[in-house]
Amino acid sequence: MLVLENVHTHYGKIEALHGVSVEVKKGEIVSLIGANGAGKTTLLMTVCGNPQASSGRVILEGRDITNAPTSQIMRSGISIVPEGRRVFSGLTVEENLHMGGFFNTKAEIRKSQDHVYDLFPRLKEREHQRAGTMSGGEQQMLAIGRALMSKPRMIILDEPSLGLAPIVIQQIFEIIGHLREEGITVFLVEQNAHQALNLADRGYVLETGRIRLHDTGKNLLANPDVRNAYLGG
Amino acid sequence: MAAHNLKHALFCAFITVIISYPILGLNLIAQGTSVTLEGATTATVVNVFLAAVAVFLFQLFRDNIMGVFGRVPNLNPLAKRGPVSQEKRLLMERVFFVAIILLALVWPFIVSRGAVDLATLVLIYIMLALGLNVVVGLAGLLDLGYVAFYAVGAYTFALLSQYFGISFWLALPIGALLAALFGFVLGFPVLRLRGDYLAIVTLGFGEIIRILLNNWTTLTGGPNGIGGIPDPTLFGMEFGRRVKEEGNVSFHETFGIAYSGEHKVIFLYLIALVLAIFTLLVIRRFMRMPVGRAWEALREDEIAARSLGMSRTAVKLSAFTIGAFFAGFAGTVFASKQGFISPESFVFLESAIILAIVVLGGMGSQVGVILAAIAVTILPELAREFSEYRMLIFGAAMVLMMVWRPQGLLPMRRIQIELKEQG
Repeated sequence: MLVLENVHTHYGKIEALHGVSVEVKKGEIVSLIGANGAGKTTLLMTVCGNPQASSGRVILEGRDITNAPTSQIMRSGISIVPEGRRVFSGLTVEENLHMGGFFNTKAEIRKSQDHVYDLFPRLKEREHQRAGTMSGGEQQMLAIGRALMSKPRMIILDEPSLGLAPIVIQQIFEIIGHLREEGITVFLVEQNAHQALNLADRGYVLETGRIRLHDTGKNLLANPDVRNAYLGG
Repeated sequence: MAAHNLKHALFCAFITVIISYPILGLNLIAQGTSVTLEGATTATVVNVFLAAVAVFLFQLFRDNIMGVFGRVPNLNPLAKRGPVSQEKRLLMERVFFVAIILLALVWPFIVSRGAVDLATLVLIYIMLALGLNVVVGLAGLLDLGYVAFYAVGAYTFALLSQYFGISFWLALPIGALLAALFGFVLGFPVLRLRGDYLAIVTLGFGEIIRILLNNWTTLTGGPNGIGGIPDPTLFGMEFGRRVKEEGNVSFHETFGIAYSGEHKVIFLYLIALVLAIFTLLVIRRFMRMPVGRAWEALREDEIAARSLGMSRTAVKLSAFTIGAFFAGFAGTVFASKQGFISPESFVFLESAIILAIVVLGGMGSQVGVILAAIAVTILPELAREFSEYRMLIFGAAMVLMMVWRPQGLLPMRRIQIELKEQG
C-alpha cells in the first residue's frame, strides 16, 4: 500500500531522515514509535509531500508520489489526522465533517457523515456544537471522523493520544482497531508505545532519523531494548 | 486609593506639557527671508496648562472613571439579547440590503450635487473594501499594498483612453482583468510568506507601483498625472454640453431636456452603484461556494486545510486575484469620476484606510464593511470644520472602536447550509 524506500529528508541543510525504509501493507495496522525528535512527524510529512524527500522514493498503491504536490497526495485515497487534532474550532461538528468531504459530492458527504456518526455516536450528539468548545477526546474523534469523510483507503494518525486522559486514549485505540475491520489501512505514529504496539500488526522503531528495529508488534513489546527505552523497563 | 496613581498621573501630565507646548506654544513666523520664533498668546499657554491638569486628574482617578465606562455596556439594551436565529438574521440582512439600495437609488434626486459626488466616492470605497475583505477578512492574508491594484485599474483606463481612445465600458473589464493579472502575478512569489512578512512584501509592492507610475514619465506623465479621461457614455449618449466624439449624440438633446451638469454626476453615481451591487453579489456568491469555505478553512488552520487536500497556492491565489479584480473595477470608476489621476491618489494612506474599513466593519462581514465604508468616508467630510484635527478624530475613533468592539461593527456570522434530505 505505502512504501518508503531509503528516504532522506532535509530541512534546509540539516538532514532529518537518513535513509528510512518503511512498508505498510494493505489492511494492516503499522505503528511507528520513537522518542521526541526522532523524526516521526518528519516521516509522516514526507509522505504528505511537505517537505518532499530529497532522495529515495515514496510509493502509494504502486504510484510514485515522491514529488507530487501535497494537495494531490491528500486527494488520492490517503487521509491524515494531524498532530494536535487541528479541528476548525470556529465551525460546528457537522461543518467540520463537511470540510473533510470537500472534494466529494453532496450525496457522498451525506453517506460518509452518517457513517462517521455510527462510528462516533458522541459526535452525533454534538452535531451543532462548535468544535472548539468540545473536550480533547471529542475533538480527536472529530479529527478522525473528518479524515474519514473523504473515504480514504489508508489513514495516517499522528499522535492521536496526545494530551488525552487514559480512558479516552483507550476509546481512541478501540476505534483505530475498528477501522482495520472496515478494511482501512492504518499507519499510526505514537509516543504511547505500549498501546500502539499492542494494537499493531507490525511496528517500526525510529531513532534519530534511522529505523532501529522492525518486527511484529508483539515481538517489539517483548524486546528488552524496546522495553528499556520506550516502555519504562 | 488614587494615591498609587499619583506618580503615573504626574508623569502623564509632564509628558502632555512636553509634547503640546512646543507644538502649540511656539510659532515660527517668516519675516522676509528670515524666520523668527515667537511664543504664543497667554491663552494658548493657559490652555496647555489646563490640558495638563485634565490629563493629571484623569490619570489620578482613572480607575473610577474607567469603572463608570465599564458599566456602559450594561446600559446597552442590545447587549444582553440572545443570539438571533439564522433565518431571522438572513431576513434582517436582506431587508437591510433592500432598504439601503432603495435609499441609494433615490439619493441623487433628493440631495445636492456635492452629496452625490461624495456618495460616489463612498461607493468606490465600498467596492474596494468588499474586495479587500476577501483577501484580509476571508482568506486572512494581510495585504498592505491593495491600493496598487486600484492604481492599475485607474491607470489602465487612463492610458487606454489616452493612447487608443478606448471608452469607459470597454476599459472597465480590461482594467479589472489587468488588475487581477497583477494580483495573480504578485501572488506567486508572495503567498509562501505569512503574516508580517506577507504584509511587508505587499506594502513594498504597493510602493513599487506608485513609484513606477511617478517615474515612468514618458508613459504615465509622472507626477503630472493623466488628464482628460473621458466620462462614461450611455449607449453612445454623452453627458457633456457638446458631443466630443464622432458618432455619439448628447444625452440632453436626445431626450429633449435642458442641459444640466448634474446629469453626468448622477449617471456616474448610478454606474458606481450598479458596480458596487455587482461586487457585493458576486463576492456573496463566492463566499457560499466551496472556494469561499476553502478561504476560511485556510485562514483558520492552514495545516488542517492542507491535510484535507486543499491546495494552499490555488486557494490563496484565488483570493488575491478576486480581490485585485474588484480593486481594478473601483480604479476604473475612480479614474472616470475624477477625470484626472496622478500617483498622488494611490499612496499608502489609501491602503491603510481601506484596511481600516475592513477591520472596523468586522473582518469577513459584508454588512459591517459597507457600514464602515460609509462611516469612514463621510466622517472626515463632516469633520471638515475641524480641518487639521480630523485625522486626530479619525484615529481616536479607531482606538475607541478597538477598545469597545475589537471584533468590528458587525462581526461575521457564518451561513449554515443544510444538506437536502436525499431520496
